Amino acid sequence: MAKLRGRGYASVNYPTGMNLGGDPSQALIHATTTGTFVVSLSSVDLGQGLKTVVAQCAAETLGLPMENILVDTADTDTGPHCMGTFASRGTHRVGNAVIMAAAEAREVMLAVAAEELEVDAGDLETDGTGYIQVKGAEEKRVHITDLALAAHFTHGRTISGRGIFLKEKNDPVPETGEMDPDSCQAHACTVAVVEVDDETGVVEVLEMHNAYEIGRALNPAMVAQQVEGGAWMGMSHALFESTEPYYPTRDHGPGDFNEYLMPGPADIPMYHNAILERPAGNGPFGAKGIGEMTANAPIPAIANAIFDACGVRLDTMPFTPERVLRGLDELRGNHH
Amino acid sequence: MRYKTNPIDRTYFADEPAEDFNVIGSVVQRSDALGHVTGRTTFFEDLSPPDLLHVKMHRSTRHHARILGVDLTDALAVPGVVRILTHADIPNNVFTPLKLIGVQPDDEPVLAEGKVRYLGEPICAVVAETEAAAYEGAARVRVDYEELPAVLDVEEALAEGAPIVNEYHGNNYFTYEGHHCRRIRFGDVESAFAAADHVFEWRYQSAPIEHAPTETTGCIVVPQPDGRLRIHSDTQACFFTLDNTALILGTPFNKLRIVGGTVGGGFGGKVDIAVEPVACVAAMLTRQPVKYVYSRYEEMQVSSPRAAERIYIKDAVMADGRITGRKITLYVDAGAYSRHSPYGTTKAAAHLPGPYSIPNVWADCHCVFTNRTPSSAMRGFGVTIGDFALESQMDRIARELSMDPLRLRLINAYRDGDMKAHRKVAEGTALVEVIQKAAEMVGHELPAEYRQMSSMDRASMDREGR
Repeated sequence: MAKLRGRGYASVNYPTGMNLGGDPSQALIHATTTGTFVVSLSSVDLGQGLKTVVAQCAAETLGLPMENILVDTADTDTGPHCMGTFASRGTHRVGNAVIMAAAEAREVMLAVAAEELEVDAGDLETDGTGYIQVKGAEEKRVHITDLALAAHFTHGRTISGRGIFLKEKNDPVPETGEMDPDSCQAHACTVAVVEVDDETGVVEVLEMHNAYEIGRALNPAMVAQQVEGGAWMGMSHALFESTEPYYPTRDHGPGDFNEYLMPGPADIPMYHNAILERPAGNGPFGAKGIGEMTANAPIPAIANAIFDACGVRLDTMPFTPERVLRGLDELRGNHH
Repeated sequence: MRYKTNPIDRTYFADEPAEDFNVIGSVVQRSDALGHVTGRTTFFEDLSPPDLLHVKMHRSTRHHARILGVDLTDALAVPGVVRILTHADIPNNVFTPLKLIGVQPDDEPVLAEGKVRYLGEPICAVVAETEAAAYEGAARVRVDYEELPAVLDVEEALAEGAPIVNEYHGNNYFTYEGHHCRRIRFGDVESAFAAADHVFEWRYQSAPIEHAPTETTGCIVVPQPDGRLRIHSDTQACFFTLDNTALILGTPFNKLRIVGGTVGGGFGGKVDIAVEPVACVAAMLTRQPVKYVYSRYEEMQVSSPRAAERIYIKDAVMADGRITGRKITLYVDAGAYSRHSPYGTTKAAAHLPGPYSIPNVWADCHCVFTNRTPSSAMRGFGVTIGDFALESQMDRIARELSMDPLRLRLINAYRDGDMKAHRKVAEGTALVEVIQKAAEMVGHELPAEYRQMSSMDRASMDREGR
């Protein structure tokens, strides 16, 4: 009886968005008199950090600090339309809409600042800390808090902007499948190192190495969280999960988390991540969507690692101890 | 809190122009992190409007049956039960969520009408003053069934003489513009098989998988003084839910307001229109706030799972590792109703034959109806299980040829300018580089000509790799 170690590889790509029905999202942005910019959306943050990423897009475009951005979502009475959070579309679609809205608001902000400072708007820049200043004469400047007040009470101007991103509808050609369903592709290669217990059939994932190309890491910590959270889900799909363990029969379906098992803290492998950036021309600052894909490569990487470890080819998910043991029995010529 | 880290490996794509960002590329703390870890984030269930009523469902105990009668007498006698909804109470009972983008036919009743097509299908909604009374009422509903033959396997469902699962389709498959499946036709696979040094064919299978969100699917509907309904929901798509719910209720769209945006995990399961229509009807009929939230059991066994898929892949392979033809037959188990599966099946077709340039590709992707819990969207649907099959296939080919599995992938990897099987020209590709990087990370040695390959230079591969 032994613990057999193996290494498996998988490389994948994944589309950003899925637009066969047309795929729009809108954003509105306006400055209150406090100099805070409110980004109004109807988009949903599932916990993945959409609100944080789009606030970064707004801050970068406006040239203001993060503290000056508020995200107000998701109320259909007050937020403009969003298709929803799915298809790895949120960062790409909503990010683009927010950039467009913020760019329009920035233009107004600079125009009002030009009136306030009595200079040409083309000579102005933002310093990233909240000031709008004259290029080359930085002492001539106005803080956004003062400017927002002046815009309202002195100049009678709103500082606001509108944004939309639309990937247009595309119908597949029924005869050939010709279609244009997505905006860009992200890429990943995962290497899994596993140990197979040839007595119990239990597979333990020891290491997971993830190389991702994602266009642009808008927030590198949240990228790492997506990659590692997704790798966990992929490992869980590979080794543990099904609502119908004896598919296609429906017997023995689990009804709660006592019966539906997933990896616990002790099951989590060492993660090693590397991020490459090849910016997408149509992405917000080049970003591609990786929300969904991070669960994908780990599954075949683990299947291939199990084969490498013990010679059992598992073509049916999940790779339960029962399936591993049946495979080992077959290799040994023991048929029950 | 904001700080810079440098986890980006810039030795790849070094020619990309450097950008000087202020906030982008920085680590900014997730805006809801503190609320989540201190338990102060407000979710829809934290709302407790006065006079809140609760909905629990009586569900099918059969895979496939005709409903001969429904007896509500005992259920209505349970103290606290206010009302029981049946299909007759739902204004437009039969729907399909993707009708918003033109997908038809309507094929799913909100509450079962005449028959049930899967175990757990909702039949009547018991509205009660307490959750316990709603459960008790739901348990006391009596349904008389005439059992019908059920089909639970995708290939059995497509065989001649199989029982019809869903009469709205007439066949046990979704029809794509007159075709029985979504097709990819690119080049000529049969010639590729005839000319190949090796032909490999294997089969792959997955089983349904649960989204397993921490927060189960649900909503609270609060009737407003002006006659509108305010729906507090954990939907992943506010307007998508609003539009579908309005169509089912037969009300103007602006009668509804969805308030959401904070969700305890979605993974695609909260794109279905699962709870809002029934809760809205109950609120309209009782003029009281109504809560309808799935139990963990309902989330596990009744809400849509990730579809089980069966995939056959047949490859034409040359002795040097080039894959010259790939034929794929995919069966997506949609369960009893379409939901988002016709779309996921098309997404699967667009993903084939994986991130490789294969000159001849043939795919038949079937969206199949069976008598099981309808599957629907789930993180990467159409792609996740496909990748399991495709990348297992790549490993097996490498083993058969005694080739390095990474070199096999690099030889076949798609590059900029390649025509994909769905006739879209590849751009912004980076498969070669992530493979090179992964090899570097684990000390997997690649010969110089493989390390020098580039996604931006197909000639380098034709010159050196082949």
